[in-house]
This record gives sequence, C-alpha cells and structure tokens, in this order.
Amino acid sequence: MKQSDFDVIVIGGGHAGCEAAHASARMGSSVALVTMKATDLGVMSCNPAIGGLGKGHLVREIDALDGVMGRVADRSGIQFRLLNRRKGPAVQGPRAQADRELYAKAMVAEFDRQENIRVLLGEVVGLELEGDSRVIGVVLRDGSVVRARATILTSGTFLGGMIHIGHQRIPAGRMGDDASNVLADQVRELVPRIGRLKTGTPPRLLKSTIEWSAVQHQPGDDKPTLFSFLNSKPLVEQISCGITHTNLTTHDVIRRNLDRSAMYGGQIDGVGPRYCPSIEDKVIRFAEKSSHQIFLEPEGLNSPLIYPNGISTSLPADVQEEYVRTIRGLENVTIAQPGYAIEYDFADPKGLQRTLQLPNLDGLFLAGQINGTTGYEEAAAQGLVAGLNASLSVTGNAPYVFDRSQSYIGVMIDDLTTRGVSEPYRMFTSRAEYRLSLRADNADQRLTPVGVSLGLVKDDRQYAFGKKINELERIGRLMRERPAGQYVRSDDVVVQSTRSAHDLLRNADVDLEAVLDGFEDAERPDIADLRQVANDALYAVYIERQAQEVAALRRDEGVRIPADMDFRMLNSISFEIREKLSTIRPESIGQASRIEGMTPAALVSLLGAVRRRGRDVA
Amino acid sequence: MTDTIFAVATAFGKAGVAIIRISGPQAPDIIEKLSGFVPEPRISRLVTLRGSDELILDQALVLFFREGASFTGEDVVELHVHGSIAVVRAVLAEIEKTGLAREAKPGEFTRRALMNDRLDLTQVQGLADVIEAETEMQRQHAMRVLGGELSERVARWRASLVRAIALIEATIDFADEEVPSNVWPEVDQLLADLSTDLMAEAQGTRAARRLHSGFEVAFVGRPNVGKSTLLNTLSRSDAAIVSDQPGTTRDVVEVRLDLGGIPVTLLDMAGLRQTVDKIEEIGVRRAVERANTADLRIFLHDDGKSDFPGVSAQPGDLVVRTKIDLLEDEQNGISAKNGVGVDGLVSDIRTELEQRVSKATLASTDREATAIQDALERLHIIRKMRGGDDELIVAELQQAARALGQLIGAVDVENVLDEVFKSFCLGK
Repeated sequence: MKQSDFDVIVIGGGHAGCEAAHASARMGSSVALVTMKATDLGVMSCNPAIGGLGKGHLVREIDALDGVMGRVADRSGIQFRLLNRRKGPAVQGPRAQADRELYAKAMVAEFDRQENIRVLLGEVVGLELEGDSRVIGVVLRDGSVVRARATILTSGTFLGGMIHIGHQRIPAGRMGDDASNVLADQVRELVPRIGRLKTGTPPRLLKSTIEWSAVQHQPGDDKPTLFSFLNSKPLVEQISCGITHTNLTTHDVIRRNLDRSAMYGGQIDGVGPRYCPSIEDKVIRFAEKSSHQIFLEPEGLNSPLIYPNGISTSLPADVQEEYVRTIRGLENVTIAQPGYAIEYDFADPKGLQRTLQLPNLDGLFLAGQINGTTGYEEAAAQGLVAGLNASLSVTGNAPYVFDRSQSYIGVMIDDLTTRGVSEPYRMFTSRAEYRLSLRADNADQRLTPVGVSLGLVKDDRQYAFGKKINELERIGRLMRERPAGQYVRSDDVVVQSTRSAHDLLRNADVDLEAVLDGFEDAERPDIADLRQVANDALYAVYIERQAQEVAALRRDEGVRIPADMDFRMLNSISFEIREKLSTIRPESIGQASRIEGMTPAALVSLLGAVRRRGRDVA
Repeated sequence: MTDTIFAVATAFGKAGVAIIRISGPQAPDIIEKLSGFVPEPRISRLVTLRGSDELILDQALVLFFREGASFTGEDVVELHVHGSIAVVRAVLAEIEKTGLAREAKPGEFTRRALMNDRLDLTQVQGLADVIEAETEMQRQHAMRVLGGELSERVARWRASLVRAIALIEATIDFADEEVPSNVWPEVDQLLADLSTDLMAEAQGTRAARRLHSGFEVAFVGRPNVGKSTLLNTLSRSDAAIVSDQPGTTRDVVEVRLDLGGIPVTLLDMAGLRQTVDKIEEIGVRRAVERANTADLRIFLHDDGKSDFPGVSAQPGDLVVRTKIDLLEDEQNGISAKNGVGVDGLVSDIRTELEQRVSKATLASTDREATAIQDALERLHIIRKMRGGDDELIVAELQQAARALGQLIGAVDVENVLDEVFKSFCLGK
C-alpha cells in the first residue's frame, strides 16, 4: 500500500475538478487530481460550447480570479458571439463554440504550466475516514490510499450514473466511461440528502453526411469578444454554425414512439426540470409549435462530428435515425453516436457551508454537477470556490465567502446552499438582484483585487490588471477635467446639459468613436478602455440607488451565526422554521433572512439568540 | 447609510396619548420640518407640529435621542401626540410627505436595536411574539381595508407583474433560443391595464369608502327583531353623523357614528326585512357577506335564539336581547322603543373597538394607499423609459412589485422562471 501526502486531493478531472486543482495549486497547496483516464482532463461531456447569459458571466469571474476556463476557451474558440450585443452591457454575455480537441489540449497545457499539481490515474473507490468525522484521503481501486488534508469531490454525473437509450440501460458516467458505483454507495451514506437528477444529450452526426447548402449559416461576430481579460484576439480559425428546424413530420415520428423514450417510458426516476431538456418534452409540452430550432455545432476544426443542439433525446437509436432524417438538411445523415439520457446521484447542497465544505464531515468539499447544477461554467465556478477554500483550510486561514452583491459566483453559492436544488440549477442573469453591478465587463474590477489579496491571482495578471486600472483612472480623470464640448460638436443639445466630458458617457447613445477623436494623439486611450469607463458611468446612477440595499445586505452578512448554534433550542421560533434552520445551517443573519418562509419575528428571535451567544462568550 | 423609518410605537395610552417613533439619520431633519427646530437630546419639549400647508397638526411632546444613546442606537425622535385617530393619521401622513423616511416593517425597530446591540436580550422573546402578531394583523388589515372582494384583483396585479417581468427576462436570458423578438405589445398592454386598475383603486371608490367609514358594525337578526328601530334611535343620537350621501346599496342601510374619535358605520341589512321565504337571494347573500366581513357583529334576538344562518359569530361579537319593554322581569337587553340599555350598548361597542385600534390599524389605510401610489409612480417612470434598456426597465418593474409586496406577496426569481418556462419552449 503506497501512501503519499498532498495538501489537497481532487476527485475527478472535469470542469469543476480542473478549476479546483488549479485554484489550490495557485494558492501554493500541493495537489493531486485523481481521474480514471488521462484524456478526461477538459472533456466537454455534451455541448461543445462555453459561456452564454449568466454562464458567460461566470467564466469572466473565473478568469478574473486567474482560473483556467476562460483562457482554455479562448485557445479553442472557433466561433465567438457576444449575446445581447444590442442590449445594455449588464446583460451582454460572451459565448463561444469550442473545438473539443483543442479545449482538452489547452487544458492539458495549463496543467503542464501549473506547478504543484500531480495527475494520478486511477479510480477512487472510497473516501478514507478518520473516526467518522474527518476525511483524510481516498482509496484507489488498486488498494493504495492517498492521504490529503482536504478532499474535493467533483464526480459530475459519475456517481450512480446510468445511461438510457430507449429501453437500453448502461451504467456509465458518460458514454464510454464507467460509472462510479462503489464510491457512490459510500457517498450515499455520508452525505445527508442524496437525490437523482437527469440530463440529456443529442445524437452526434457525421458532418460529411449533412446537406450544408440546405441549412442557414450563423457566423461568429466580426470583432469577437473573448473570455479572458488577458486575451484580445482569437487564436484559431473561426467557423460558422448551421441552423435548421424540426417539422411536423419529425414531431409525428417522435409522438408515435413516445412510449419507447426512457424519459416518458417511466424508466428514469430522476427529476426533470421546468424547461425542456429533450425534444420529446418540446414536442409534447408545446404541441402547437410546428418547428423547433436546431443549431448544428461543429465539434472541432478537424472533427467529423456535428453536435445538433436542440434535439436531446432518450429515444431508441432507430427512432432517432428516423426522426433526424425528416429534418431539412439531415435527410441522409449518419448518426455517429446516438443521443441518450443520463440519470445520476446528486447531493442536495442545502446545508453545505458556503465554502462548499460538508458541515458534519471535516476535510470534504463538494463541487460541480454533484451539487445539482448543470453546465460546465457552473461546475467550474464551484471548483474554484472549493479549491480556494480547501487551501485556506489547510493553511489555517479564514475561509472566503463570495457574496451576492459582488459576483455571480456568490449568487450561485448562496442559491445552492440556502435554497437547495429541485431541478438542475442553471445560471441566468435574472437570478442576480444586483445584475446592473455584476457585469461581464467589470468582473476583473470586482474580483481581481480580491484574488490578489487572497493569493489566488498570479503576477502577470496582477500586473496587467494594475495597468488597466491606472489607465481607466487616467481616462476618467481627463474626462472629468475637460468640458464636453471638446469631444462633441458644441451645438449638440447634449452638451448644454452636461458639466464635463465624463457626463457624456452616461448617455447610452454616445458615439465613442467620436469621443476618441476628441483626444490628442498622445493621450488617446484604447477604445476597449474607453468603453469600460463609459459602461461604469452608464450604470453609476443605478448602482448608487442600490447602494443602500447592498450596504444592508453586507451588514446582515457581517452578523455571523456560530457554527455550532443549536437551532432546535430556539423555542420562540416555530417548529417548521427551526427545521429549516437546522437543515440549511445559515452562516449569517443575511443568509438566514433568505431562507424560504423566514418571518421577521423568527429573524429577530434568531438575532437575539446570536447576540446572547456573543455576550456569553465575551 | 441606512434609511430612516417611522411607525406608531403605541396606539393609545392612559391619557389618550399615542407615540410615534422615528429612527435613522434623517430623524432630526424630519422633526425640524414638522416643528421648526430640533430639541436638545433627552429633554422633552412641547411643540406645535405643522403640516406642509402650515396648518396645525397637534401640540405634542417631542423627545430626541442621539445616535448611540437611543432605543435603536440610531438618532431617534419620539412624538407623543394626542390619541385621536385623525391626529395620528395626519402626523403619519406628514412624515411620509417629507420623503425622508418610510414606514417601518414589523420588527424593524427591534432588529435595528439588536443589530446595534442595544436591546436587553431578555425582552427579545416577547418582542418576537408581538412582531408575529403585527405582521399578521397588517396582512389581514391590508386585505380588509381594500375590501374582501379585492383578493381577486390583487391576484391579477401579481400575475400581470410576474408576466411582464417574465416576458422581458425571457428575451434577455434566452436571447440565443427561440423567444419572440418583440414582447413589448403584450408588456405594454399588461402594464396599461395594471395602471388603470391601480388608479381606480387609488382614487378609490372602495378604498375611500372603507377609509372613511372606519369600523363596520353589523346588526344581525331575523326580521322584526327591532334592527330598524334601533338604527333609527341611534341615527337620532348625539353620536350620529348626518351624511348627505345616500347609502351605497339598496340592501344595506348605513348609519355613521363617531364613538370617541372612532368612526363607526352601523349596518342594517335591509334585505332581511322581509320574511325569509320571499327574499331575493342575491340581496341576502350580499348582506350576509357584508355581515361576515364587518369588524363586529351584534346578534339581536327577542326569543333566545340569536344565531343567524350564514353569519358566524367571531370573538368580540355581542349578543343583545331586544324589546325588553315587552317583558316584565328581563333585565339584560335593550328596548329601542324606550331607549333602555341603548347607551350601554353603544358603550360596549366603543370599548370593544377601542381595543382593536392598534398600531397596525392606525397607519394601515395610509400604507396601502402609499403602496399603490409608489407602484403607479414606477409604472409612470417605465412608460417614459420605453425604448430604453430592458434591464433597467425590469429593475423598475421589480421595484413596483416590491412596493405592492404587502398585497401581492413577494415576487421571486423562481416565480418569474416558472412563468418563463411555462410560456416558452426553452432548453437545448
């Protein structure tokens, strides 16, 4: 039996695992990442795309903290589109199609560049416990025990994973990969609430068998917007996606065979979401729609495969072939891999600490899809949170909690730990009550300084950020000192009502190119930086208005509830609310106030109890 | 910087004094506006409170406590005003008008006191119970004041706001899926209808009636038990308020009284004047409904059987025997004809209602009106923002929903997502 010592062990090499390993390593911890196959690193299990609305914001935030997803996506991005380009900056979200192979390659390159990470090939069959309250490492299939002071479980859909194609059932974590069942059994015993969720994926099509002239084309943006704050131009060849639609014949085939669908045939227990995860759902729930859109997404520059986004399914393979061939452009298509549904164990995150550590088991963190989220970005952000906090716990430092007024990461962690999950949790901008402040463009301003002070951000980013902030300040200063007339025609109506050039920027319609011209050559800024100053000015009024609320939120967050508070003893609070408090174990009065069903009276009782505890200790 | 809050601290004390408390950084500014100056800390001063129209509101005792040495730990002003409903409401309205403070939510003062570590912790338990009761009373009163039948309209307001927000959010968060490119025709319609509804409420046929009629006391009893005679007697009493406006419906006759500052409307159900067999059903039903939603019921009988089908007795209701002039030895009861016991009945009614004039009821009518006014302002702003940024409009809509929160309940992102996924085929 071999034994090694690491500070942190990460179980799983998916998006959460990679981010977790890198975060811990950047913090200076020694990390072991255990994965079943070397080729697992940076695998995209279904959709070969990164970002979007809400998701894109998360990627920016991960990048602001020096995480890897943004950089890796930039290196493999083959079509970049900034969503909501014509709407305000607060709801613009960067997105990119990625070349699968290049993504994985870029991820491996990141691992090569990062010190302190060892990738161990093997299957984790169990957690090594000390007594029954502390996890001290993992047990591998070959019998060896790898010890660590903190363990992060990022097993994605692998725990108890079961694939369904029609009536066919295959235990697997992903097509072609074994499920993790031994570990699953142990996790079911250790973690308080385990449920089942399900998700689906469409069939993969052979690119060469598609009639491309019959489908619409969607190119990327002319001037692509990248994910990382450190990148400005795409690094690989750019391509277009295809767009086609289902039709009534397609729907007919699906309806006729509904009883052969795993999701409708009753084989799956996992909870389905409110949205439509499969084409079966779409056809049944929105029967009046005569067609549904499908995006034909290339899986890579050199890949023969197309990912038809919009027709996830768990119908048998022969039915898939039948209905796919009714679709325009796909009449002669060959299916390289049938679509399937997968159901898997997840741990209800209600009750997790906001560091993603389990409350009753020291040394164990959960991150990613295992907490009931869906999406690479949601997983990666959790990985970063867990990796950061695992390192902080190992070095005996105070944990770091992201909050709702500062980041989408904070919104997600708070949603997960305070409300739990009843369907796969996906990030949307509408989840953020401070959406106007949490923009994709200012993620670095919000988070890089935090990252620097924690030790999470490396030198080159810190340097680049410092330069950028200086430049933004310079522009702001210049524009506040100069009259508006210098930058626009003096007979412009707008000029009369403004005091300085900076005020011009508060106007959403301001012509930035024209403003740029108004600068002397020697002082002229980059248009990207000018745009940043303009964005900040545009929303300043709204952010001011929310300032009081944010201050109240932070005040309430500042009142900590002792970790060992016995909520059941608070007799003046109703039984129902006491139960919720015991399950969720809020860490602050702020978090307690967001618990569903919390009343003003109960909050006051709780606050009183916290104060009383404070006085007893003092 | 925190915002400043105000509320009635105690309804009526022994000397008929009500206390209004203001806490927060703007408290000194508010008392300055109302009285012309800020008194020295901890010294009670008699001041003349004036409204923005310069008319006198009241002669009141004012106490000012500095931040750090007050109940909440913030600057606190206490106004000890005369305990008449009219005075209290007028002062609250003036404070609201300054725009420097908002009405406190249940438990807010206590919460601030706790946050600033100012509270004797042994009191917290009792305070929590009070807050619970206040919250519930406010909620009930909100529904009552605007008329029981309003709950359907309130549900519609909520549905409209949720749908309007959902439509816009769908075009924001699902821009890369198949959502309608233009949801504005429907949003415009929803908000226009909502504005119309809210304006009707604000100008308020129903709201105004309730606002001015104060408590409703219903006389319940079978035909000929003496309801009309009693009402006539009362309408000729000193307490009666002669109104030049006729009663609002044919089925219910109203008499207005002022019982020691508490406005009371007595309801007689004319629909029950005929014998039960010949009664027009709708009339009976409406009268019964009105009796059930009244604040107090007086069950009149002359034969020992005081119950009435459809009308349930609630705590505080009175049972009174009438026509005791026809009996030789019956002591308890009234005779509307010769006036025996009528004063006593009025006094009993007054005592019962005085107990109910709590902090919750005093300000609540203004609270609902303020909420509706706030929401209308937001909708007005949104109309001016049309064509502008979606996310800014949604922010205003959410504020409108928050303003109406006490009536429509909290609108959460999950409610919005429910609506989005129900309406649009989304998901890849």
